[in-house]
Amino acid sequence: MARLDGEPAGRGSAELLRFATAGSVDDGKSTLIGRLLTDAKAVFEDQLDAVERVSRARGDDYTDLALLTDGLRAEREQGITIDVAYRYFATPRRTFIIADSPGHVQYTRNMVTGNSTADLSLVLVDARKGIVEQTRRHAFLASLLRVPHLVLCVNKMDLVDYERDVFEAICDEFADFATKLDVADLTFIPISALQGDNVVQRSASMAWYEGPSLLHHLEHVHIASDRNLIDPRFAVQWVVRPQSASKRDYRGYAGRVLGGIFRPGDQVTVLPSGLTTTVTGIDTADGPLEEAFPSMSVVLRLADDLDVSRGDMLCRPHNHPTVGQDLEAMVCWMTERPLVPGMFVAVKHTTQWVRAVVREVHYRLDVTTLHRDVDAGSLGLNDVGRVSLRATRSLVYDPYARNRETGSCILVSEETNTTAGAGMLLGPA
Amino acid sequence: MSPDGLGRAGRYQLSQLRALESQSIHILREVAAEFERPVLLFSGGKDSLVMLHLAEKAFWPARPPFPVLHVDTGHNFPEVLEFRDRRVAEASAQLLVASVPEAIAAGRVAEPQGPDASRNRLQTPVLLAAISEHRFDAVFGGARRDEEKARAKERVFSFRDEFGQWDPKNQRPELWSLFNGRHRPGEHIRVFPLSDWTELDVWEYVAAEELEVPSIYFAHRREVFRRDGMLLAASDLLPLRDGEEVFEATVRYRTVGDLTCTGAVESAASTVPEIIAEVAAARVTERGATRADDRTSDSAMEDRKREGYF
Repeated sequence: MARLDGEPAGRGSAELLRFATAGSVDDGKSTLIGRLLTDAKAVFEDQLDAVERVSRARGDDYTDLALLTDGLRAEREQGITIDVAYRYFATPRRTFIIADSPGHVQYTRNMVTGNSTADLSLVLVDARKGIVEQTRRHAFLASLLRVPHLVLCVNKMDLVDYERDVFEAICDEFADFATKLDVADLTFIPISALQGDNVVQRSASMAWYEGPSLLHHLEHVHIASDRNLIDPRFAVQWVVRPQSASKRDYRGYAGRVLGGIFRPGDQVTVLPSGLTTTVTGIDTADGPLEEAFPSMSVVLRLADDLDVSRGDMLCRPHNHPTVGQDLEAMVCWMTERPLVPGMFVAVKHTTQWVRAVVREVHYRLDVTTLHRDVDAGSLGLNDVGRVSLRATRSLVYDPYARNRETGSCILVSEETNTTAGAGMLLGPA
Repeated sequence: MSPDGLGRAGRYQLSQLRALESQSIHILREVAAEFERPVLLFSGGKDSLVMLHLAEKAFWPARPPFPVLHVDTGHNFPEVLEFRDRRVAEASAQLLVASVPEAIAAGRVAEPQGPDASRNRLQTPVLLAAISEHRFDAVFGGARRDEEKARAKERVFSFRDEFGQWDPKNQRPELWSLFNGRHRPGEHIRVFPLSDWTELDVWEYVAAEELEVPSIYFAHRREVFRRDGMLLAASDLLPLRDGEEVFEATVRYRTVGDLTCTGAVESAASTVPEIIAEVAAARVTERGATRADDRTSDSAMEDRKREGYF
């Protein structure tokens, strides 16, 4: 099969950046996304025609770009966003996937979902209103989900006469709040989504601002170091055993590299069994590889004929993840029936399912004030809190702060099969 | 740990096509591992061709551990059916055909009547009957979120009840790469491995991987006529109405579907690079340009998806 190495140097070799946005109707988020999509020519004439037609029919006196992302009938009828919507646009340098969450309905659930895969989270502030409750919630959830890059766009600068002082006061207040969060990279950009200032082009109205435009920042922010390249982790997804006569002796372990770098000749330990062996080859349909790094889907061949199956984790002999049944996690609860001690849930972590019982709800966290309510005792829909779980079998995991892939899990209702919670694992209790 | 692991961080970044490919392969493997009877929907169109190619890569050097299923309206382009059979044979895959004409003959569904009659909607009951007959619990589809606004809200793992219905207001949150395919007997999961791909990504991948696609994607001379702003193929299946005239034009198809509701676009693009240039410059979405089935109302796709459409 052809190799992707042979692809043209143009867009084919561009990088992918996923970013999350959230906000309410009036903070200009739809206008901003609409402008990015329009300027990047990711909105098509038939889509704009449809939006204009519906806006007119509803009696709006402007073209409501929110209709571009609000695809469901109920959303258009009620003028609200119900669910995370995914939008796509590209520049020659990068391809972008926007996970756009609604501002109010199911706010926490959707923000957590959108941010779980994001490289960058974009928070919008109205320059006239400054930091509000919602800004703090956005920023906290982005930090809870360990989104590596946070961008605070101070929007509607045109309505405050492009005043530097207004922008800087907002930045100071936010930076103060951000000291309570785990934010690795924080960027402030003054914009006017409506006028286009600092969205795609640098603004002539804000000569005092020396930073990049939003699009320039999105195109250039350094994301290559965001993943964990230190701790090799590989969760076995599927054992490849061809049935054809010529390949009957072939046995490989398919999966995705979740951390670190694997090379042929590396010694690896299989967890939870603890047996050690050597990587004899890294295979793909395009041929063998000299090394495999995070998010690559590959097949590893091992020297010894060990009992390795789906759910097992490969790591290096002197760099082990935690193996244990007692789990501590920050949990965002996403379903009506509350999470209470004694409840059983199904847990999916890397490539395995286990059952777990909720042992204790230590506290519920107010996502706006960061206050811990230790008397809560349960987590309701859209609550975030710290929880102890005991699993029926050991999980092989890292703290979420160390690795978003090996430190995350979902909690699934055993009654309804719906995804009821998002878990971010902490170190062992 | 490699001593230079961090210092060379710049080396360890996948290109966007490889990142999309890796994500899709991950999804295909998850389904094979967690479901008992997956099936891959295969029409011979570009998206299903990319999906089949990814499935071959995901399980290499073994074969994909599931059959492929085509829902055939009986109104397909003969070139595409010929291509479908050839490609399936090459992949040594098992091809199942769920036939709309057979369902009509058996009286399970009725031939639609009226001026805009199309068998498009009949694909849904025929697909659901095949799912139930074969007890499929996971069905791979090639739908992409960039195609259409209802699809922009679709999950990678999309839960369907016993009637195959999609409930867009009650979808499971989808976090990280942790997909939840749990369901009860009789329910199933639609899986969309190409969710994050765009039309341009698909064509760039076709180019990079040198995939063969049916000839109707490339510019060719064809007898067509104009209806509702679209160019439809002249065919016995589409009686002309007053004022409609057949003429010959140089056209190509951007999507491959039922020929009674899939329009051609005027185009001279006769190679994959020319198609990429055309798609990159396009000002109208592929479905907007060429699919009468999406035009019946603003919610046409959502309504069909709720009933269990692809």
